[in-house]
Amino acid sequence: MSTATLPQQTPVEQPPLLNGEADGRIGLRANLRHTGALIRRNLLWIKKDPESMFDALLMPVVFTLLFVYVFGGSIGKAMGGGQDAYVQYVIPGMLAMMSMSIAQAVGTGFNEDFHKGIMDRFRSLPIGRGSVLFAKISVEIMRQLIAIAVLMLVAVLVGFDIESWPGLFAAVGLSVLFGSAVMWIFLVLGVTLKSPQSVQALGFLVMMPLQFGSSIFTPTQNMPGWLQNFTEYNPMSGLADAARGLMTTGHPVAHGLWVTLAWTVGLTVVMAPYAVYKFAKKS
Amino acid sequence: MTRSDKNPTPRGQSAVTVRGLVKHYGETKALDGVDLDVREGTVLGVLGPNGAGKTTLVRILSTLIQPDAGTAYVAGYDVLTQPRQLRRKIGLTGQYASVDEKLSGFENLYMIGRLLDLSKADSKKRANELLERFSLTEAAKRTAGTYSGGMRRRLDLAASMIGRPAVLYLDEPTTGLDPRTRNEVWDEVKSMRDDGVTVLLTTQYMEEAEQLASALTVIDRGRIIAEGQIAELKAKVGGRTLRIRPADPLQLRTMAADLDASGLTGLATATVDTETGTVIVPVQSDEQLTAIVGHLAAAGFALADIATELPSLDEVFLSLTGQKASAPQDAPARELEEAAV
Repeated sequence: MSTATLPQQTPVEQPPLLNGEADGRIGLRANLRHTGALIRRNLLWIKKDPESMFDALLMPVVFTLLFVYVFGGSIGKAMGGGQDAYVQYVIPGMLAMMSMSIAQAVGTGFNEDFHKGIMDRFRSLPIGRGSVLFAKISVEIMRQLIAIAVLMLVAVLVGFDIESWPGLFAAVGLSVLFGSAVMWIFLVLGVTLKSPQSVQALGFLVMMPLQFGSSIFTPTQNMPGWLQNFTEYNPMSGLADAARGLMTTGHPVAHGLWVTLAWTVGLTVVMAPYAVYKFAKKS
Repeated sequence: MTRSDKNPTPRGQSAVTVRGLVKHYGETKALDGVDLDVREGTVLGVLGPNGAGKTTLVRILSTLIQPDAGTAYVAGYDVLTQPRQLRRKIGLTGQYASVDEKLSGFENLYMIGRLLDLSKADSKKRANELLERFSLTEAAKRTAGTYSGGMRRRLDLAASMIGRPAVLYLDEPTTGLDPRTRNEVWDEVKSMRDDGVTVLLTTQYMEEAEQLASALTVIDRGRIIAEGQIAELKAKVGGRTLRIRPADPLQLRTMAADLDASGLTGLATATVDTETGTVIVPVQSDEQLTAIVGHLAAAGFALADIATELPSLDEVFLSLTGQKASAPQDAPARELEEAAV
């Protein structure tokens, strides 16, 4: 290369036709295509590592059996029925719980990506910043739906009576909606925190009080007053109550529905842009 | 900042133009006013020790981070105001292989093809082409996590080439590779260079810059301390290195000790290079060279080979910065260099 003092005038081969517009803005179709390619990546992960589905497949089974057979008799009796009454009570609660428990995994998986050079590659490619996030969320929603399907199967096996099918679908839709809003929080944690372990630990810390300080597992009227105030606006209670009202008879829907929707909209409006911002700025 | 019509780049000449680039991290000045140009179709080596600011430079030029001050144009686009257009023109191979270890080689390349808006058929075709070119066809279906270091680096290079970038950044592409694997990566870079790809290569290894780059920018603590064609930089430093190979390799140490004792090595000392089986002595003049050879003959050493070399880039760096470039260096090398300048 001793002759390299002369600048070579050979033009670099033109790239194949790229669909970006002249100002480089990425259109909706391109964004969907990019998100699709990244969804495929995440699905391939699951295919190669089926164990990563264990939480979605086993959590609904373990928790349902545990609560129905360990606590079901006592709580059901206190509710004025028996284990059967508790099954009708707790299954909609489980649905609410799944929406949050599965959502948590999105943060740890995302954090792991940052420790590999792959995120730098994505960020140096001409793709929308959001598509990496949307792909993750789409795959987590699929995982949520699988967890919910397993849950309903176990529910029917332990004697749950689906009193309203349209109600069931509405409840599933609501919990997926809320679950995807919660994912934005975990995505922010995933971008911000240093290790997947800390994402998991902090996620657990946030989830436990929300899940147990709610009407998911037991009616709240025997809790102390301050806790009842908390549970009333806890989105986990809201979602559990709304699901209960939608799937079974004899429970009000409205309050829970409003609480859930308010949280869903609030979280999405605040956390989604923040997550995209944090992601774009991360260096 | 300015649009490309005010672009200071002379047309068709400079693929990368950087002026006064500054990036601070708190008190640390990662880049402290860097200017550089990479001409189209050439390889510019950016040489510097760890923490010199090389990676910061590459990250700014690939739009991953923003500079605090200064301008940079790549393929005619401004890194600050036109990052989206710019990203279509670049390929990046970082220090850590940026491939998805859970996917196979093919799946990695296919995914990037799709992200670069190639059709499904074209993505597949391009992936297979590049697997072939980087000798990964056999391993195409294997998970990248099972690849050797060299294979992973080659896959990384292939991934950077999917979009046929006008400018390719190679950020320490062989750091952490064994010598054989390093040569594999070098061969690939050479063949890309021969195809006319513009490359900005950062490295800590002088040998690597010498092998791959035509022009060189030496950077230290965020500042450029020297730049020019490699031959020019070497000529600046002056002096030669004499390598003597005794017929009997067991005599290496005795010969070095004998030379040191003779006083013919001046302020420097003779060093033993067991890898090549030679004794290395820096020489300043033809007279000194003649005296050394004469002395060895008189002392009865049987010599198998004698060669003189221009100083290595290690020595160039040392003379420019007054410090060692990359970590492991023999102490005598410093004295040698001080003697030479």
